[in-house]
Amino acid sequence: MLHRKNLITPLIGLVLAASAGVAAAQEQFVPLLSYRVGAYASGGSGIFGGYIDYMSYINMKEGGVNGVKLAWEECETEYNNSRGVECYERLKKKGGGAALVQPLSTGITYSLIDRVVVDKVPMVTLGYGRTDAADGRVFPWVFPMITTYWSQADAMVKFIAKKEGGDAKMKGKKLVHLYHDSAYGKEPIGVFQAYAKKLGYEFTAIAVPHPGNEQSSQWQQIRQIKPDYVILWGWGVMNPTAIKTAQRTGFPREKLIGVWWAGAEEDVIPAGAASKGYTTAAFNVSGDKLPLVQDIKKVVYAKGKGNMEDESRVGSVLHTRGIVHGIITVEAIRKAQEKYGKGKVMTGEQVRWGLENLNLDEARLKALNAAGFMPPLKMSCADHEGSGLVKFQTWDGNQWKVISDWITPDKKMLRDMIEESSTKFAKEKGITLRDCSKES
Amino acid sequence: MLYREAGQFKTSYAADQQIFPIRQDRIGIAIVLVLAFVAVPLFAKFVPDTGQYLLSAIFIPFLIFSLAALGLNILTGYAGQLSLGTAAFMAVGAFAAYNFVLRVPGIPLLVAFIAAGLCAAAVGILFGLPSLRIKGFYLAVATLAAQFFVVWTLVRFPWFSNHSSSGVITAQKMVILGYEFDSPIEKYMLTLAIVAIMAVAVKNMVRGTVGRAWMAVRDMDVAAEVIGIRLMYTKLLAFAVSSFYCGVAGALYAYAYLGTVEPEAFTLDLSFRILFMIIIGGVGSVLGSFLGAAFIVVLPIVLNVFVHGLNGLLQSTVQWSLPGSITSNLELIVFGGLIIFFLIVEPHGLARLWQIGKEKLRLWPFPH
Repeated sequence: MLHRKNLITPLIGLVLAASAGVAAAQEQFVPLLSYRVGAYASGGSGIFGGYIDYMSYINMKEGGVNGVKLAWEECETEYNNSRGVECYERLKKKGGGAALVQPLSTGITYSLIDRVVVDKVPMVTLGYGRTDAADGRVFPWVFPMITTYWSQADAMVKFIAKKEGGDAKMKGKKLVHLYHDSAYGKEPIGVFQAYAKKLGYEFTAIAVPHPGNEQSSQWQQIRQIKPDYVILWGWGVMNPTAIKTAQRTGFPREKLIGVWWAGAEEDVIPAGAASKGYTTAAFNVSGDKLPLVQDIKKVVYAKGKGNMEDESRVGSVLHTRGIVHGIITVEAIRKAQEKYGKGKVMTGEQVRWGLENLNLDEARLKALNAAGFMPPLKMSCADHEGSGLVKFQTWDGNQWKVISDWITPDKKMLRDMIEESSTKFAKEKGITLRDCSKES
Repeated sequence: MLYREAGQFKTSYAADQQIFPIRQDRIGIAIVLVLAFVAVPLFAKFVPDTGQYLLSAIFIPFLIFSLAALGLNILTGYAGQLSLGTAAFMAVGAFAAYNFVLRVPGIPLLVAFIAAGLCAAAVGILFGLPSLRIKGFYLAVATLAAQFFVVWTLVRFPWFSNHSSSGVITAQKMVILGYEFDSPIEKYMLTLAIVAIMAVAVKNMVRGTVGRAWMAVRDMDVAAEVIGIRLMYTKLLAFAVSSFYCGVAGALYAYAYLGTVEPEAFTLDLSFRILFMIIIGGVGSVLGSFLGAAFIVVLPIVLNVFVHGLNGLLQSTVQWSLPGSITSNLELIVFGGLIIFFLIVEPHGLARLWQIGKEKLRLWPFPH
């Protein structure tokens, strides 16, 4: 009996000491709704790995954001909506309250849209989620930042038109949208149709049922249409299958344009040599030669504190996309501190102000060692997208090569579409639009 | 000693036929109901942070999945028809409730939920028709068609999601008689009331004519037909009632739990999870539906919290912790191991364990 007591008392002491230690230090808490098991594990581990690496990098290099260290906790969602909600509910109040949350799953994003309003936690969705949430008057707490699916679709049309030699050359061309049959794949169809009317190309949308590991009939149909370009709006195993089937049907991969969720090493390597020449969109540049990635390697990985178990994935598309997640988080907190006090822990409300006033121009990106790494970004109360710029990259058989400048979408047209959709949502839910002229 | 019906004499038919004939059971149920209806909300009121987390992340989904499991248990456990379309019927319920509230001005919410359940029941009957000809695994494949067809329909026809560009629906506010249910406690109470009433209804149903007819069909349909049970009516009724329960569960899933739902949330995966709930909880048992839902919904979360706590302790004591991918997989391994363990120890589910426990308790402390 006695020795069991001896064992338990120090253990309790340790637990108490541990919890006291957390409370004493000034830390900004970031909840991570990550997924490292299941069908999307490779995506989750890459992006959350990059996200964590960047936060470790800021902690180790600068001692946190103006001295406030970043703290985080991962919670496994398995890419499952109800697990995601549970993780969010568990972590939202932790460590003095969540600064912001990035769910990295469209389903979980939808499940949290109502909750973040009540809890006053800003939600950032980079390149996924609900496009019309870019209207900050209706969705004050949701930030589909950098670029949305609609901007991407717009940029794809612009990219193709440029390749063909101008908008006038698009007349009579044939475009096929090969998409994952889900909300995700359907989202851009409206934009493609709007452009079909404007530029006069023929547009066909062909659905691939989930998971998409068999596409012979769809490619049979594509063969009959003989399109000039095929847009691949795929997900997971659907992407390499599409590339391989394109090769089998004799469709040139140079004319196959992928979405950014079809543009990672994990999508092209399984398709082998068939992937050479395949082009996709991207909202950041990748590669382990980038100065920021090099610096992270030097500061974080050299000390053995890196998050990626497979170090060869450092600098891959997904890992660098995770770094962008980190940059947005850190810079929003930094911006909020400028207004509410440097070296203080920010609340979710203050971080939201930081996000709405975030201005990552070229000079700022350069200071972050990230010039050209991601597009410049300027947020506002009404515009929660902030940039909309997209680049294109081609797989040369070994690595991704950037082949275009930042392409700016037709913001006016997209904004009209966004407002039409968001005001409809506001009406359904009885939300009064926020007056942005009154925001400071 | 404690749990014994000796001395409890029934002096009227009503007393003999009540749902819980043993006094200890009635007391037990009363305690559970008091805990659920009074103690839990009070706890949430006085410890708001933990309480809200427990309500909105654990208790509400637990109740909703219990209801769905109850629905499947009617069909699979009592009537013996294997179904893989549970999530589809939930989707019908969720989308129907949304469309009723949207398109019928001034419809009371509970009426919309009932109408949503009836829609799900109609779809259930439709996909139950093959059950008249095919059985077992083949029927499971036929209900699989429901799973794909319903999700496909909801994605394909934008009318169902009111032409939302992404195909998702956002549940309207829950207002009953001018009172808005928006805090976790209110949502929990509403869900709990609905689930409690529907659970008692099932308990009552399965001991009456309907339930006995279902069980007769389950045990041997030819024999059931010979003694005069109409197979078509009985099987389709099982499909209808089961789908009604799943439909209401789906509506609650959208309104009381997630708020915004996409059709893809109701995948085959969800159907399987609900099937596992009744297999682990106990096929053909009302209690089993609740136990199974608790096992599948709550246990992974408990494991996750436990592994995180352990990791935090490791981090603070030896400055080392398990990497994220290992902790995530560890949970799955332990969870899978527990499923196998329970199925080996008691293939008839957790409810059967409870029953064995009760029988032991009857003899205690003087076993023969």
